[in-house]
Amino acid sequence: MSIVSMLLMLAGTFFFFSGTVGFLRFPDFYTRMHATGKCDTLGALFSLAGMVLYNGFSLTSLKLLLIVVLVFFTSPTATHAILRGAFDSGVEPWTKDGKSVIDGQVRRK
Amino acid sequence: MERFLLINSLILGLLVLLCLYRVVFGPAFFNRLIGVSVIGTKTLIILALMGFIYGRIEMFIDISLVYALLNFIVTLAAAKYLHRKGAL
Repeated sequence: MSIVSMLLMLAGTFFFFSGTVGFLRFPDFYTRMHATGKCDTLGALFSLAGMVLYNGFSLTSLKLLLIVVLVFFTSPTATHAILRGAFDSGVEPWTKDGKSVIDGQVRRK
Repeated sequence: MERFLLINSLILGLLVLLCLYRVVFGPAFFNRLIGVSVIGTKTLIILALMGFIYGRIEMFIDISLVYALLNFIVTLAAAKYLHRKGAL
Protein backbone atom coordinates (compact mmCIF):
# COMPACT_ATOMS: atom_id res chain seq x y z
CA MET A 1 0.00 0.00 0.00
CA SER A 2 2.82 2.39 0.83
CA ILE A 3 4.54 1.67 -2.48
CA VAL A 4 1.32 2.35 -4.40
CA SER A 5 0.71 5.66 -2.62
CA MET A 6 4.34 6.63 -3.22
CA LEU A 7 3.96 5.92 -6.93
CA LEU A 8 0.73 7.94 -7.07
CA MET A 9 2.39 10.91 -5.38
CA LEU A 10 5.34 10.64 -7.77
CA ALA A 11 2.91 10.69 -10.70
CA GLY A 12 1.27 13.79 -9.25
CA THR A 13 4.61 15.54 -8.84
CA PHE A 14 5.54 14.61 -12.40
CA PHE A 15 2.34 16.21 -13.70
CA PHE A 16 3.00 19.33 -11.63
CA PHE A 17 6.52 19.46 -13.03
CA SER A 18 5.42 19.14 -16.66
CA GLY A 19 2.71 21.75 -16.10
CA THR A 20 5.30 24.16 -14.70
CA VAL A 21 7.67 23.54 -17.62
CA GLY A 22 4.85 24.24 -20.06
CA PHE A 23 3.87 27.32 -18.07
CA LEU A 24 7.40 28.72 -18.32
CA ARG A 25 8.22 27.69 -21.90
CA PHE A 26 5.08 28.14 -24.00
CA PRO A 27 4.83 31.31 -26.09
CA ASP A 28 1.52 32.93 -25.15
CA PHE A 29 -1.32 33.01 -22.69
CA TYR A 30 -3.58 30.38 -24.29
CA THR A 31 -0.89 27.73 -24.64
CA ARG A 32 0.24 28.35 -21.07
CA MET A 33 -3.32 27.88 -19.92
CA HIS A 34 -3.46 24.68 -21.98
CA ALA A 35 -0.43 23.35 -20.11
CA THR A 36 -1.39 24.37 -16.59
CA GLY A 37 -5.12 23.78 -16.67
CA LYS A 38 -4.88 20.07 -17.31
CA CYS A 39 -1.62 19.25 -15.55
CA ASP A 40 -2.72 20.96 -12.34
CA THR A 41 -6.01 19.08 -12.18
CA LEU A 42 -4.39 15.72 -12.79
CA GLY A 43 -1.43 16.41 -10.50
CA ALA A 44 -3.68 17.38 -7.60
CA LEU A 45 -5.85 14.34 -8.30
CA PHE A 46 -2.92 11.89 -8.23
CA SER A 47 -1.24 13.46 -5.19
CA LEU A 48 -4.44 13.49 -3.13
CA ALA A 49 -5.27 9.92 -4.18
CA GLY A 50 -1.83 8.86 -2.95
CA MET A 51 -2.48 10.63 0.35
CA VAL A 52 -5.86 8.88 0.70
CA LEU A 53 -4.17 5.50 0.23
CA TYR A 54 -1.42 6.44 2.70
CA ASN A 55 -3.86 7.64 5.35
CA GLY A 56 -6.16 4.64 5.32
CA PHE A 57 -9.85 4.48 6.18
CA SER A 58 -10.92 7.46 8.33
CA LEU A 59 -12.77 10.77 8.33
CA THR A 60 -9.64 12.55 7.15
CA SER A 61 -9.60 10.36 4.04
CA LEU A 62 -13.19 11.39 3.40
CA LYS A 63 -12.16 15.05 3.58
CA LEU A 64 -9.25 14.35 1.21
CA LEU A 65 -11.70 12.73 -1.21
CA LEU A 66 -13.89 15.83 -0.84
CA ILE A 67 -10.93 17.98 -1.92
CA VAL A 68 -10.37 15.61 -4.87
CA VAL A 69 -13.98 16.04 -6.03
CA LEU A 70 -13.82 19.80 -5.43
CA VAL A 71 -10.62 20.22 -7.46
CA PHE A 72 -11.95 17.95 -10.18
CA PHE A 73 -14.98 20.21 -10.64
CA THR A 74 -13.59 23.67 -9.88
CA SER A 75 -10.22 23.62 -11.66
CA PRO A 76 -11.59 23.12 -15.21
CA THR A 77 -14.35 25.65 -14.45
CA ALA A 78 -11.81 28.25 -13.37
CA THR A 79 -9.67 27.51 -16.43
CA HIS A 80 -12.67 27.97 -18.70
CA ALA A 81 -13.66 31.22 -16.96
CA ILE A 82 -10.18 32.75 -17.28
CA LEU A 83 -9.89 31.71 -20.94
CA ARG A 84 -13.27 33.16 -21.80
CA GLY A 85 -12.50 36.37 -19.95
CA ALA A 86 -9.18 36.71 -21.79
CA PHE A 87 -10.75 36.04 -25.18
CA ASP A 88 -13.56 38.50 -24.60
CA SER A 89 -11.18 41.20 -23.40
CA GLY A 90 -9.23 40.84 -26.66
CA VAL A 91 -6.06 38.85 -25.96
CA GLU A 92 -4.67 37.70 -29.33
CA PRO A 93 -3.62 34.06 -29.76
CA TRP A 94 -0.03 33.41 -30.81
CA THR A 95 0.52 32.20 -34.38
CA LYS A 96 3.75 31.16 -36.07
CA ASP A 97 3.57 33.69 -38.93
CA GLY A 98 2.28 36.49 -36.75
CA LYS A 99 -1.11 36.80 -38.47
CA SER A 100 -4.18 37.49 -36.43
CA VAL A 101 -6.48 34.50 -36.12
CA ILE A 102 -9.62 36.37 -35.20
CA ASP A 103 -9.16 39.20 -37.78
CA GLY A 104 -9.50 41.93 -35.23
CA GLN A 105 -13.08 40.87 -34.60
CA VAL A 106 -13.34 39.81 -31.03
CA ARG A 107 -16.37 37.67 -30.38
CA ARG A 108 -18.99 39.39 -28.28
CA LYS A 109 -21.54 37.53 -26.23
CA MET B 1 8.09 7.41 3.90
CA GLU B 2 8.57 10.58 5.96
CA ARG B 3 11.68 11.38 3.97
CA PHE B 4 9.80 10.80 0.72
CA LEU B 5 7.03 13.19 1.80
CA LEU B 6 9.61 15.81 2.76
CA ILE B 7 11.45 15.54 -0.57
CA ASN B 8 8.15 15.63 -2.45
CA SER B 9 7.06 18.83 -0.73
CA LEU B 10 10.50 20.39 -1.31
CA ILE B 11 10.21 19.64 -5.04
CA LEU B 12 6.75 21.21 -5.05
CA GLY B 13 8.14 24.28 -3.28
CA LEU B 14 10.81 24.59 -5.96
CA LEU B 15 8.10 24.42 -8.63
CA VAL B 16 6.22 27.19 -6.79
CA LEU B 17 9.36 29.35 -7.00
CA LEU B 18 9.60 28.64 -10.75
CA CYS B 19 5.96 29.66 -11.20
CA LEU B 20 6.64 32.81 -9.18
CA TYR B 21 8.97 33.92 -11.98
CA ARG B 22 5.99 34.07 -14.34
CA VAL B 23 3.91 35.89 -11.75
CA VAL B 24 6.54 38.59 -11.23
CA PHE B 25 7.82 39.03 -14.81
CA GLY B 26 4.76 37.80 -16.71
CA PRO B 27 4.00 39.87 -19.82
CA ALA B 28 0.38 40.69 -19.04
CA PHE B 29 -2.16 40.49 -16.28
CA PHE B 30 -3.62 37.15 -17.35
CA ASN B 31 -0.28 35.34 -17.08
CA ARG B 32 -0.02 36.59 -13.53
CA LEU B 33 -3.56 35.43 -12.81
CA ILE B 34 -2.97 31.86 -13.96
CA GLY B 35 0.36 31.92 -12.12
CA VAL B 36 -1.47 32.70 -8.90
CA SER B 37 -3.99 29.94 -9.63
CA VAL B 38 -1.23 27.37 -10.25
CA ILE B 39 0.61 28.38 -7.08
CA GLY B 40 -2.64 28.00 -5.15
CA THR B 41 -3.12 24.42 -6.36
CA LYS B 42 0.47 23.52 -5.44
CA THR B 43 0.09 25.15 -2.03
CA LEU B 44 -2.97 22.97 -1.39
CA ILE B 45 -0.90 19.83 -1.95
CA ILE B 46 2.02 21.19 0.10
CA LEU B 47 -0.34 21.91 3.03
CA ALA B 48 -1.66 18.34 3.01
CA LEU B 49 1.91 16.98 2.83
CA MET B 50 2.86 19.23 5.78
CA GLY B 51 0.03 17.69 7.73
CA PHE B 52 1.40 14.21 7.09
CA ILE B 53 4.96 15.30 7.97
CA TYR B 54 3.92 16.87 11.27
CA GLY B 55 1.50 14.04 12.02
CA ARG B 56 -1.47 16.41 12.41
CA ILE B 57 -3.28 15.83 9.12
CA GLU B 58 -6.75 16.21 10.71
CA MET B 59 -5.95 19.87 11.43
CA PHE B 60 -4.15 20.71 8.18
CA ILE B 61 -6.79 19.13 5.98
CA ASP B 62 -9.37 21.78 6.92
CA ILE B 63 -6.92 24.55 6.00
CA SER B 64 -6.30 22.78 2.72
CA LEU B 65 -10.02 22.52 1.98
CA VAL B 66 -10.54 26.23 2.66
CA TYR B 67 -7.55 27.01 0.44
CA ALA B 68 -9.07 25.05 -2.45
CA LEU B 69 -12.36 26.94 -2.11
CA LEU B 70 -10.66 30.35 -1.86
CA ASN B 71 -8.47 29.65 -4.88
CA PHE B 72 -11.53 28.85 -6.98
CA ILE B 73 -13.47 31.91 -5.82
CA VAL B 74 -10.54 34.31 -6.41
CA THR B 75 -10.03 32.99 -9.94
CA LEU B 76 -13.73 33.17 -10.80
CA ALA B 77 -14.08 36.70 -9.40
CA ALA B 78 -11.08 37.98 -11.37
CA ALA B 79 -12.27 36.30 -14.58
CA LYS B 80 -15.78 37.69 -14.12
CA TYR B 81 -14.42 41.19 -13.50
CA LEU B 82 -12.35 41.10 -16.71
CA HIS B 83 -15.12 39.66 -18.87
CA ARG B 84 -15.52 42.63 -21.22
CA LYS B 85 -13.61 44.14 -24.13
CA GLY B 86 -10.67 46.35 -23.29
CA ALA B 87 -10.83 45.57 -19.61
CA LEU B 88 -7.08 46.02 -19.28
